[in-house]
Parts: sequence; C-alpha cells; structure tokens
Amino acid sequence: MALKDYIRQRFFPHIWCPGCGHGIILNGLLRAVDTMGLDKKNIVMVSGIGCSARISGYVDFHSLHTLHGRALAFATGVKLSKPELNVIVPMGDGDALAIGGNHFIHAARRNIEMTAIVMNNRVYGMTGGQFSPLSGYGTMATTVPYGNIDHDFDVVDLATSAGATFVARTSTYHVHELAELITKAINHKGFSVLEVLTQCPTYFGRRNRIGDASEMMEVYKKNTVRIGSKKKQENPDLLERGIFVQKELPEYCREYDNIISKARQK
Amino acid sequence: MAKPALKEHRIERQWCKGCGICVHFCPKKVLEMDEEDKAFAARLEDCICCRMCELRCPDLAVEVICETSGNNETPDKDQGGGNA
Repeated sequence: MALKDYIRQRFFPHIWCPGCGHGIILNGLLRAVDTMGLDKKNIVMVSGIGCSARISGYVDFHSLHTLHGRALAFATGVKLSKPELNVIVPMGDGDALAIGGNHFIHAARRNIEMTAIVMNNRVYGMTGGQFSPLSGYGTMATTVPYGNIDHDFDVVDLATSAGATFVARTSTYHVHELAELITKAINHKGFSVLEVLTQCPTYFGRRNRIGDASEMMEVYKKNTVRIGSKKKQENPDLLERGIFVQKELPEYCREYDNIISKARQK
Repeated sequence: MAKPALKEHRIERQWCKGCGICVHFCPKKVLEMDEEDKAFAARLEDCICCRMCELRCPDLAVEVICETSGNNETPDKDQGGGNA
C-alpha cells in the first residue's frame, strides 16, 4: 500500500513546524507498518498531550487522544480488553517522563505488550519551549533563561531498570534504523520502549544555537554510535543507538487470562 | 544488480514546509528550494533513487518513483548517504 493510504490526508499539511522531527518519526512508523503488512484495523494509537501526541490524529488507525501523561494508562485499558490489537503509544519526553513518569515505569514493570515510542526533543514545544526532564544540564529553554541546572533522565537506563523487556534508541537522522527498530518494537511480545532523538528546531535548536533542522540532524549523526562501536571507547560522550534490552518475560494480558481461568476452575 | 531508474519525483507542494532537510541530505544535490521555499528537483538526471529525501521528509511531501531496469549501467558506488 502507498504511505498515503495509512494517513488521514484531510488533516495535511500537519501542524508541526518546518523541519520538526516528529514528521520523520511518523514517516518511519508508516513505513514500518507497511513493511510488516499490518491491517490498519488492528492497530490502535494512543497518545497524550503535546506536539508528539498529535501523531495519533494523522494516522488512519484506531486512535485515542487522551490526557497529558496518561496515554499508557488508557493504552493498558485498550490492550487488556482487546489483547489481539497492536497498541502503539507515541509520547513526548515531558508527556512520558514528567507528567506520565509513574505510568511509564509501572507499564514497563508490568510488561504489558505495547510499543511506547518516546519522541525525545528535549523541550515542551507546544506550550512555548519550557525545559523538560530530558533537556539536560546546561541547556537553554524559555523557563531557564540562565541555563538549566536540572540533570536529565537517560530514557534507556530508566526503562531498563523499570523492567521494560525491549529497550532501544535511534534518531531521526538514522531513518532506516528507525523503521527497523519500530518494526522490532512492535513485534516484541512485551512492553517495548523506543527512544527516538528528534529535533525541535523552533525551540530547542534556536535557544541552544544548534542551528536549523538539518544541522540538528547532523548532530545526531556526529554524536551517536551503534552499540558496541569502538568510537564509544575513544569518546565516552557519544550516545549509543540500537537495541539495549530484548528479553522474554511473562506478558501481562496472557498472565491475566491465566488468572481468570484459574479463578473459574475453583 | 540492476540499477533503479528514476521515473518521477513527486513533491506535494501544499504539504512541503520548506525545511530544506531533503536539499541538505541529498547525496547528489538533486534538490533545491524554489522562490516560494518549496523543494523541487533541479537536476533530476543526477538522482540515484536512494530515496533519502523521501525517508527524511517530515512533511511526507516527497515521493520518489523508481523502476528497476535491467539495462547495462554499472551500479553506483555511492550508497546514498545511508546510516552512519
């Protein structure tokens, strides 16, 4: 199918700013879905609030646009009632790890089968460029005019320690890897977290003088390496990309079904 | 392996927001921005169908239509700016 068959064309051009990386993630997601040959009727996109959350409105799947930070809670409800559906939860960095931080760690701990895509642009774009828990020490944002003194979360470390059974990271520059990792995350039988570094040229790029969208993507090319690369040993500041965790653990919906049959036998 | 030949370069002008990502990352410098800040293929004949413009377009505005031809042209050495 052509990519345009997976989107609601009447809402295009989309609301994202010129050069916003979220569009590249949408692009990669549609490619992944197309390659996998998934039926549109079997996919549910559940999102919260923010620039990233608008993605659920553009895809021609079942979609829920819910409360800020609570997308995973709604998604848990959807998945438990209809475990046969593929549930994809796109979230921004603030949505996933500030407002929705608790939902995030507990969904990971439960190992419920769904795909959480953390679209990390390190800023609250929709509300005017406030710093987020992923902005990082020393960065600039509208609410930290003298520089940010908060340290950031490492999404991969956080998701791993919270118990996610699939954890990966990529960027909007690495588009082939992006579609490939989205495919693997969707195929994983458990809670999968994919962090995608994505540019916000309007707020993060401009405030931190990184440059336009293309220059921000050049930074992803320069500052990231594949897991296990020798470059990382030479320069520990480089950020690793790839699959960090991929393991099998009992999945929540299947365990819940077992509990129901156990209770009925008694 | 047969080299894919370019058939068409479709750019949805209404959707293109002129961010310039396709122009910046095109390994063959095929694309340019016009006076209205919309991308267009200025040197179509140089296109190697790597589709990096299509894959990286945040506006879903670019579509590279290729067809694989069985002619004798040598495969291009440039892999089209793929993953680093």
